[in-house]
Amino acid sequence: MKKLYYTPTHEYALVDGNVAYIGITDYAQHALGNVVYVDMPEVDDEVTAGEDFGAVESVKAASDLISPVSGTVVEVNEALADEPGLINSDAMANWIIKVEMSDPAELDSLLDEAGYKAVCDAEKH
Amino acid sequence: MIHRYFPHTQADIDAMLARCGVNSLDELNADVPEDLRLKHPYNLPAEMSEHEVREYFSKLEKECEPLVCFAGAGFYDHYTPSVVTALASRSEFVTAYTPYQPEISQGTLQYIFEYQTMMAELTGLPVSNASMYDGTTAVAEAMMMTVAAARKRNRVLVSATILPAYRSVIDTYAHFHGIEIETIPEKDGSTDFAALDLLLASGDVAGVIIATPNCHGILENLTGVADKCHAAKALLVISSPASALGAIRNPGEWGADIAAGEAQSLGMPLSFGGPYLGYMCCTKALMRKLPGRIVGATEDARGRRVFVLTLQAREQHIRRDKATSNICSNQGLMALYAAIYLSTVGSEGLKEVNRAGCDGAHYLAARLEAEGVAKQRYPSAPYLNEMELEVEFDAQAFINYAAEAGVLAGVATSPSTLLVAVTEKRSRAEIDRLVELFVSFSKASKS
Amino acid sequence: MNRTAYSPLIFELSKDGRKACRIPSPKVDDAFSALPAELMRGSEPRLPQVDELTVTRHYTNVSTNNFGVDTGFYPLGSCTMKYNPKINEEIAASRVFGSLHPLQPAATVQGALKAYDDLQQMLCEIGGMSRFTLNPYAGAQGELTGLLVIRAYHESRGDAKRTKVIVPDSAHGTNPASAAVAGLKVVEVKSLPDGTVDVEALAPLLDDTVAAMMMTNPNTTGTFEPAVAEITRMVHECGGLMYYDGANLNPLLGVARPGDMGFDVMHINLHKTFSTPHGGGGPGSGPVGVRHGLEQFLPCPRVVKDVGGKYDVEWDTPGSLGRVSCFLGNFSVELKALAYILSLGAEAIAMAGPLATLNANYVKHSLKDLYKVAVDRVCKHEFVFDGLIDKSTGVTTLDVAKRLLDYGFHAPTIYFPLLFHESLMIEPTETESIETLDSFIYAMREIAREAVETPDVVKLAPLFTPVGRPDDTKAALNPVTSFYEL
Repeated sequence: MKKLYYTPTHEYALVDGNVAYIGITDYAQHALGNVVYVDMPEVDDEVTAGEDFGAVESVKAASDLISPVSGTVVEVNEALADEPGLINSDAMANWIIKVEMSDPAELDSLLDEAGYKAVCDAEKH
Repeated sequence: MIHRYFPHTQADIDAMLARCGVNSLDELNADVPEDLRLKHPYNLPAEMSEHEVREYFSKLEKECEPLVCFAGAGFYDHYTPSVVTALASRSEFVTAYTPYQPEISQGTLQYIFEYQTMMAELTGLPVSNASMYDGTTAVAEAMMMTVAAARKRNRVLVSATILPAYRSVIDTYAHFHGIEIETIPEKDGSTDFAALDLLLASGDVAGVIIATPNCHGILENLTGVADKCHAAKALLVISSPASALGAIRNPGEWGADIAAGEAQSLGMPLSFGGPYLGYMCCTKALMRKLPGRIVGATEDARGRRVFVLTLQAREQHIRRDKATSNICSNQGLMALYAAIYLSTVGSEGLKEVNRAGCDGAHYLAARLEAEGVAKQRYPSAPYLNEMELEVEFDAQAFINYAAEAGVLAGVATSPSTLLVAVTEKRSRAEIDRLVELFVSFSKASKS
Repeated sequence: MNRTAYSPLIFELSKDGRKACRIPSPKVDDAFSALPAELMRGSEPRLPQVDELTVTRHYTNVSTNNFGVDTGFYPLGSCTMKYNPKINEEIAASRVFGSLHPLQPAATVQGALKAYDDLQQMLCEIGGMSRFTLNPYAGAQGELTGLLVIRAYHESRGDAKRTKVIVPDSAHGTNPASAAVAGLKVVEVKSLPDGTVDVEALAPLLDDTVAAMMMTNPNTTGTFEPAVAEITRMVHECGGLMYYDGANLNPLLGVARPGDMGFDVMHINLHKTFSTPHGGGGPGSGPVGVRHGLEQFLPCPRVVKDVGGKYDVEWDTPGSLGRVSCFLGNFSVELKALAYILSLGAEAIAMAGPLATLNANYVKHSLKDLYKVAVDRVCKHEFVFDGLIDKSTGVTTLDVAKRLLDYGFHAPTIYFPLLFHESLMIEPTETESIETLDSFIYAMREIAREAVETPDVVKLAPLFTPVGRPDDTKAALNPVTSFYEL
């Protein structure tokens, strides 16, 4: 069964077994505006929880992508290279990287749906 | 009125103070703590009239000697068509701010777009930025770009044949930025590519930087170098004076990923070291790692073709400490200079510039050889308009001697060698004059 | 400026076979054709082929698409868009200075070296510093150079762990970017609601890893930092140095000196405070000054003067951080700044600061009933409005800025500083007359009225500029950066 986790920096990790699909939340895509570029790592790159693995750019803003988990990149969403705006149309369906986790225990320190909603509500004020 | 640059009359000042609800200018600075205030008048010269300012500078001019220039070492005395200076000094260009408001800055944006196109044509690499400070800093930025693109690799290889000014600036940036620089040794005046193989094989190389023509004036043969670099996942940076790119095989043709260097040679005055013009171009794949401003075409609300600063998300005002560079400007006016110059000379004119310098330099070398006063340090190596000469007297002493006769004979590279450059501005008579000076100094030093 | 844009590119005026100049030639034997073919370019660069009049008309018409200081008023915060005096340009266009090669023997360039040294010394007097280098090419490179001085200082003491630089969250974006290039880690210190540095938030950040703190004073809200003396004392106590970002130096002319406030290193933007033109983005110049005791760390080359009054160039000085430029910086820009200081002289230059401050306060007081004053205290040379007071109209700061273009003014700096949502940052400079300021104030008041009465007019602005609002998203999605990609 898939389970959804969040970071306070607006990334999500959709976890399926030992694999995490990582992307940015709908709230984040909305705040950024039209996404024009996604800077992505390459397959086999290592990512570390809490460290950046790329960036999402809109016309006049950019946001670092902070990995929720540690592990190895097993796939990147190539469709985003040609059509970065897919993130705006459906951020959840258009994950950015797929990671084979090296330490699933890290998930325990991430936010759940309610915790993340609280973060967003706080930012709105 | 206090000064011609300040329009305020006393009545204006009084009215404005009243609007602000204060009684004196001092009151507006009441928030500056007393002990931090300037307590004495500035120890600066008294106000000068415009006439006195002219006199001041003409006195300084008299303490300088313009020389017939055979010096190069990266900065060349090329001919500037009069339209270039006349048009580039129009105040609509000169007094404009950075084109952040595209609706009222199309002039600046248009010429930058033209400049970018011309640099892409010269370098053979498709994406040019809007320019950088000068060649030395452009190459240093290219070095940082290779490291940023490589993410985790941190070593950059620099050929021993790059000009010392470039190497010094590279070393400064690398040292503090935490980049490990290694020198690719030279062999017979050119980069030693067998040594490059070994350095690449030792791993972790992010970038390789090579200049052509190099610090000896030699045109490097870079056949196969790009493949070697790419096999090791390193990016290749090639640096050439922009003017030479009208004739020599360009970075794109050699397979380079980045071209970076000095464009002063596009008719810009020597101006005692600046302002010059750094250029930087790269492949499409690296476009979003390119530092500096970039102008792109788009449409306005009325559907017309317009130009804007684009890809701004890379830049310091948005990315702050994650930016591709801290650079926030370009050399706007100098890019304009280059665009007008290249429009004026065209590709044919640019080739003639290279032809004239090349012919003149070879004529000079042959005459010096025939007179037996200087010989080429690397006699079999191909060169364009600059070559390194070996002399049997003190090179700097000779340069000082020639300077007294009104000729800048070159740049000493060691006590017994000097770099001599010839541009299209040097007539046959001037070249012959330089030969005479070599001959007379050589005789005097032997006696 | 044009009402309708002149839009052709020079490439579109090209016709094969035309040319605009004749290249001189030494008329000697051909050597060029004998160069090895494999070292020569394979195809001709596609440069324009045009005659001289076409070049002239094209660039003259291109220039009329531009707004400039000579065309109109720039209320552009933190950019100090003052008048660029014509005498400066005349001096800098000197054929003599223009012909000097940077590697000429020092004996043949004494006058140029004297100009460099004179300006260096005048900047020391104005900044309260001991020595300046004029080598950095722009403000950003000045910042970088200043931070490298600081790193070289700590390195010289074997204090390698100092890698942290403290930057207020109100700082110019260049500060953190320069710190990153200098290999330093940026730590932000929060501002109080009035935009000044929160001294209580600063205290816990100060430890033995602090290399420096960067500040601009007055800060980006135009407020003189009341605690600057205390801040410099605290940072010095922990062993760090104080860096002064000279972007906002103008209001301090005649009022105070960074050196006297305790700053150790500073840079100056000659293209702001010292009237050299912005040139649509450059060339600028970013001299860096240091207090006594730090001179040895400045970059090379340097101009030195011997006891006999002869100048020389020093290429390699022990302790120097190295080179940041090919030679002595943007020399002709330095000449312009020197001409400006001489034209003003000691007395008038000391009035530039107070008059700039007067102009800013005058504009602020004239608009504070319609625009929301972000920091309610006396400002220096600039101030920030947090948009219109009446937010019900939906008219944003961007709309106000764009509508100002229709009234014939450049826009203010917008959405900076980041401390406020609708920042509109205004800096009038001392060279603008009360009449110009009044017409700007009139335009701003009219826009506030339009925002209520005809908000769509403001939201669709600009309507009378050569071109309309561009589609930035299209430009960034598929960048077209050269004519042959159009």
